[in-house]
Amino acid sequence: MKHLKLGLVLLFAVGLWGPGAWAQQRQIPLDQLKSGLDFSSPEVRGLQLDDDFASPSAHGIDKGAQLWSQVAGKNNKSCASCHGDASQSMKGAATRYPAIDKATGKLFNLEDRIRNCRQKEQKAINWPLESDELLAITLHVTAASKGMPILVSIDGAAKKHFEAGQKLYMTRQGQMNLSCTQCHDQHYGQRLYNDKLSQGHPNGYPIFRLDWQYLASLERRLRFCYASVKANVPTWGHQDMRDLNLYLMWRAQGLPIEVPAVRK
Amino acid sequence: MSNARLQLPPRIIEGDVFKLRLLVNHPMDSGFLRDIDGVLIKRNVIRQLSCTLNNQEVFRAEPTTGIAANPLFEFYLRAVKSGELYFRWVDDKANIGEMRHALVVIPANSSSAPKS
Repeated sequence: MKHLKLGLVLLFAVGLWGPGAWAQQRQIPLDQLKSGLDFSSPEVRGLQLDDDFASPSAHGIDKGAQLWSQVAGKNNKSCASCHGDASQSMKGAATRYPAIDKATGKLFNLEDRIRNCRQKEQKAINWPLESDELLAITLHVTAASKGMPILVSIDGAAKKHFEAGQKLYMTRQGQMNLSCTQCHDQHYGQRLYNDKLSQGHPNGYPIFRLDWQYLASLERRLRFCYASVKANVPTWGHQDMRDLNLYLMWRAQGLPIEVPAVRK
Repeated sequence: MSNARLQLPPRIIEGDVFKLRLLVNHPMDSGFLRDIDGVLIKRNVIRQLSCTLNNQEVFRAEPTTGIAANPLFEFYLRAVKSGELYFRWVDDKANIGEMRHALVVIPANSSSAPKS
């Protein structure tokens, strides 16, 4: 009996986690992916879809557009000085992040990339993470990819980040002893109190969250998830968040970017 | 940059009843929420918002904490003549927001009225 058990465990292990399988394992098949919008109530859907004018993120969009062409820093440059019209030059950028920065070899999410640019190219005082300005400019850049499918690279230097992110996603943590996968892969569509569990895709960030009454980055949302399962919340800008972000983006491959998104 | 957005129909003809939509950028802090560091945010909501047309008040609202951030105000006016729309709002911190817009009303039987 003991041998049989061991054999079964081994069979299971080889079947699931055999060579190459780890990286390719999708918990939700690509054709069954659903945006968080599909799990939202009609009222929230209406806020996002009906009317761009009345979107609660509207001020962020206006502000982002203004910041894009605002000269800053010692080099007297604005984003537009180098990149021109964001709707053209930034087209598709948001679908590819997080990505490896060639100069440093680090994994950058979109906010990191913008901050890096601001520091190195503009030589301007940097915007802190989650500041109004950073959220607005990220929204402006992301808006250029509206409707485009997510496709991140997990090859080369990104591979180890992808694997770290996947491991985080699968690992139970916190006092609730829950992993991301338990809610967002195994129980999506079901209710957690009066909330419908989504598949947890990152295709609408920065979102306007009605709960917070404010624009929020994916990092803030992930921190909230950590807090909700009563786990230790990583510090701002933590590598774990970037790794997890990469895994989430890979997981959401093909979903269209939808900004300005509104969630409960 | 203006901290509000205004939407009007493209053509307003004399006698029309038209819709105005004003989206104000305001946090409408209810006094119950906490910021990302867990510190309670003090109440700060728009107390009064008014709209005048040629210095005559045509609309007034007194929102409270029940109204969400970035409130949208929609109301109707009858087009009588062109003039200046002036929006003004005051919040708990006594910050004043303002917006001006030149309202153009096309005379009803004018042959010069542009066709859309």
